[in-house]
Amino acid sequence: MIWVAFQMLTGDRAKFFGILVGISFATLLIAQQSSIFCGLLLTASSQIYDAKDAPIWVMDPGMQFVDDIKPMSENELLRVRGVPGVAWAVRFYKGLGRARFGEGKFQQVMILGLDDAYMVGAPREMVVGRLEDLRQPDAVIMDERGYRYLWPGQPYILGRAFEMNDRRAVLVGVCKASRTFQTFPIIYTRFTQAVRFAPQERKALSFILAAPQPSLSAKEVALRIEQRTKLKALTRDEFALVTIWYYLRRTGIPLNFGTTVLLGFFVGTAIAGQTFYLFTVENLRQFGTLKAMGVTNLRLVGMILFQGLFVGVVGYGLGIGMAVAFGILSEHSDRLSFYMPWQVMVGTGLAVLLIILLTSIVSLRRVLVLEPAHVFRT
Amino acid sequence: MAEVAVRCRQVTKVFGDGEPVHALRGVNLEVPFGELALLIGPSGCGKTTLLCILAGLLYPTTGEVEVLGHRLETLSANELVRFRMREVGFVFQQYNLLPTLTAVENAAVPLLVQGIRRKEALRRAAEILQQLGMADRMRAYPHQLSGGQQQRVAIARALVHNPRFLVCDEPTAALDAESGRRTMELIRQIAVRPDRAVIVVTHDARVLDFGNRLIYMNDGMIVREEMPNKKIAS
Repeated sequence: MIWVAFQMLTGDRAKFFGILVGISFATLLIAQQSSIFCGLLLTASSQIYDAKDAPIWVMDPGMQFVDDIKPMSENELLRVRGVPGVAWAVRFYKGLGRARFGEGKFQQVMILGLDDAYMVGAPREMVVGRLEDLRQPDAVIMDERGYRYLWPGQPYILGRAFEMNDRRAVLVGVCKASRTFQTFPIIYTRFTQAVRFAPQERKALSFILAAPQPSLSAKEVALRIEQRTKLKALTRDEFALVTIWYYLRRTGIPLNFGTTVLLGFFVGTAIAGQTFYLFTVENLRQFGTLKAMGVTNLRLVGMILFQGLFVGVVGYGLGIGMAVAFGILSEHSDRLSFYMPWQVMVGTGLAVLLIILLTSIVSLRRVLVLEPAHVFRT
Repeated sequence: MAEVAVRCRQVTKVFGDGEPVHALRGVNLEVPFGELALLIGPSGCGKTTLLCILAGLLYPTTGEVEVLGHRLETLSANELVRFRMREVGFVFQQYNLLPTLTAVENAAVPLLVQGIRRKEALRRAAEILQQLGMADRMRAYPHQLSGGQQQRVAIARALVHNPRFLVCDEPTAALDAESGRRTMELIRQIAVRPDRAVIVVTHDARVLDFGNRLIYMNDGMIVREEMPNKKIAS
C-alpha cells in the first residue's frame, strides 16, 4: 500500500510540487538564517581562533568578551609565567587605532600587537610578503579584506606608508584573517610598536597568551592561573563561548534571527499544511474507497505518514541544498557571514519533521473520521 | 433450493440523535448463492443503506444480518474490515478509481490491500481485465478511458480477489443505454457464479431484465419481491 500512497502523492504533480515548495522554502529559510546567525556568532569569536598557537587566554577578571579590553599591568605577565604548568606566556595587544593615509583619509583600524620575540597570535596565512618582515622598523601587516577596503581594485603593493598616532607605519605584507564583528581593517604588528601606534594608556597589556606544559591540559593550567593570579584565564573554546554568550545576551541578534526562523517555520507549515490538507480532502473519496475495500485506519495512517515523510525528506534535501548553495556563493562576500554546522542541519530537520507531523495530523483527522459508507454518496 | 448467501431479519437503521431518520424499518431478505438480485426503488427509500449494511460498511440499529455465514451485527469493527477485504467486491456508481493509477494498477488494489506482492497482483489484475475485454487499455489512466471502460475496470477491481459477495451501487447510472446494457451483461456473465451472490442497487428500469430476483423497496421497507415471470411476495 506504500506504493499506492506514493502513486497517489506524486500523480498529482501540481499539489506534489506545491507541498515540496512549502517544505523547501521553510527549510531554506530556517537553515539559511540559522547559518547566518552562526556565522555572525563565529565572527564575534573569530580572532580567538585565529590565534591558533595560543591555547590559553589570560585577561582582567572584569572582561566580558574579546572586544571588551581592560589592560593589565606588565607585572601580570611575570606572575603568569611563574604559575607551575605554564610552558610559556607572552604579551598580546588588542586595541583600536586611527590610521591616516596620504590622501588625507582616516580610517579606524584594529591593532593586534604580537609578542616581539615569538609572534604568538600571528596571521594564519600570508597573501603577499613574509611574516619575518614584521621585525623591520615600523612594519605592519594588513588583512586582505582591509586592504581591499582601503585600496579597492588596486594590486597588492608593499611599502605603502601611512600614520597611526603620528607614527609612521609601513606595509610589509598582506595576510588572510577571519572576518571580525567590527569589520575594521586589521593591522598586525609587534607589541612594542603596537603600543606606540595606539592612543597612549597607562597600561597596555590587553591579553596574555599562554600554553600548558605538554603533560597538562589547557583547562587545568587555566584553572591554576586563575587560582594563583586572580586573573581570568580561559581556554580558547571557553573564551569563544564566553564571547558568543555575551553577544547572545546583550544584543538583539538572537531575537532578530529567531523571528525570521520562526516566520520560516510558520510560513512553511502554512503552505505545506494547506496544500497537503487540500490534497487529502480531494482524495477523501479514494481514501473512502480504500476503507470500504478493507484498508484499516492504521494502514491509512501509515500511508499518509509515508506521504508526509516523503515530501518532507525531498523538500528538506532541496531546501538544505539551496541553503548550502547560498553559503558557497556567499563565501566570496565581505559582508555575509555564513556557517552551517551539523547542528543547524539537525535542527532544521527536526523543524521540518514537526511541520510534517502537524500537517499530517490535520489531514489524518479527516481520513480517520471518514465513514467508508461515504463512498456510496454521489 | 440453493444455499442462502444473504439473510436479514427485521433489520432497522436509524440515523441521527435529535430528529432520528428511520432509513430501514424491519427489512427481511434472503438472497441465495448464484443469484443476481436487483434492489429497486426510488431515491431515499433505503436501498443504499441496506447495501451498506449487507456489505459490512454500517451496523444495523436492530435486527440480524447474516452474510456468507457471518453475523455482521456481532462482528467488531476490525472483523468487519477483514470481512470486507476478503469476502466483498464493490462496484460504485462513480467508479471511484484512483486517478493516478493505471487500469491494471487500479484493478490490482484489492490484492495489494490483502498484502499480495505487486507483481503477482498486477498479473492477476491483467488476467481479469483481459476477460473483460480491456487487454489493450491496461496501461491507460482513468481519465483516458470512457465511462463504460472505467466501469469495466471497476468490475475487474471488484472481482480480482474472488469475493463471494459482490455489491454494485447504481453501476449503470453514469452510463449511456448501450454501455449500461453491456456492463450488466458483463456482470451477469463474469460475476454471477454458483458460489457467489450479487446484489445490484438500481433505479434504472432498463436493467431489470438482467436480475434473477427483483427486490422492490419503498420508505425503508421491502414492498415486493419478484423472480422473473414469478411473483414471490407482496
